[in-house]
Amino acid sequence: MSKNIKLISIVLFTLFSFFILLKGLDKSNIYSPEIKENNVNFNFKAKYLFSEEEVFINELLNNEGVSLINIWASWCLPCRDEHAYLLNLKSLNKLSIIGINYKDDEKNAKQFLSELGNPYTNIITDPKGINSIEFGAFGVPETYLIDNKSKLIIQKFIGPLDDKSFAKIINLVQ
Amino acid sequence: MKILFRLLIILLFFQNYSLAETSQEVDKISKNLRCLICQGQSVYDSQSDFALSMKILIQNKIDEGKNDEQIYEYLKAKYGEWIVYDPEVNKNTILLWVLPLILFVFGGILIIRKVSIK
Repeated sequence: MSKNIKLISIVLFTLFSFFILLKGLDKSNIYSPEIKENNVNFNFKAKYLFSEEEVFINELLNNEGVSLINIWASWCLPCRDEHAYLLNLKSLNKLSIIGINYKDDEKNAKQFLSELGNPYTNIITDPKGINSIEFGAFGVPETYLIDNKSKLIIQKFIGPLDDKSFAKIINLVQ
Repeated sequence: MKILFRLLIILLFFQNYSLAETSQEVDKISKNLRCLICQGQSVYDSQSDFALSMKILIQNKIDEGKNDEQIYEYLKAKYGEWIVYDPEVNKNTILLWVLPLILFVFGGILIIRKVSIK
């Protein structure tokens, strides 16, 4: 009798472990955060790329409509790929695009823009990468759609923009 | 050439000095934070851009007078629960917390039974 119980419990335990591991196989190991807080404290200062002046991010956001915040760097290859999307968004004239230049050399950054075009309404620098953490960023490139009035993040795009995210932005803007 | 060499040594010395300067408080906090873009490393261990920025940020927050708890809360709000190596008790992690307890009680019962049979 007790032998039976032992056998049954071993079989059950094995099955239990098997199904847990099986279920784990489908789970992607790429982590994307469930953000509890969508609001960002924009009340911090950063230096403009094209001047020595500092500005509060708050002041860059208008009072209505949406803004796009794009974290980029000249050393980041995927940023080159997504640049066309940003230029395209700029030509729509529907939203202001704020660039955050992440851990970059200013000279290289300016070179990058003169080479590929400048889609940004304003660019601020983030030489230490700590301003980007305020947005919950992991690295470059990352893009956030922000509602100017409520100052909430409507949508986060981690990684370079593609056709899908581009369509989503257009949809949300209109 | 000689001067250059000496300058280099001085520079090297200062570099080491500044490395030793990173505060113990930052080390302590960053050991409890998961580096989100590197697998299986803490922020303390990692040299990735993300981790380096995080360490600077932690230092800044400490300089602002924030305590450990406030810094963890701040980062949890930005990056979610996953960033700390200390899972909260909620419906997703309840098994994690309760399972060792169940196993402990179960094992205890087994032992008592075995002893009392003898």
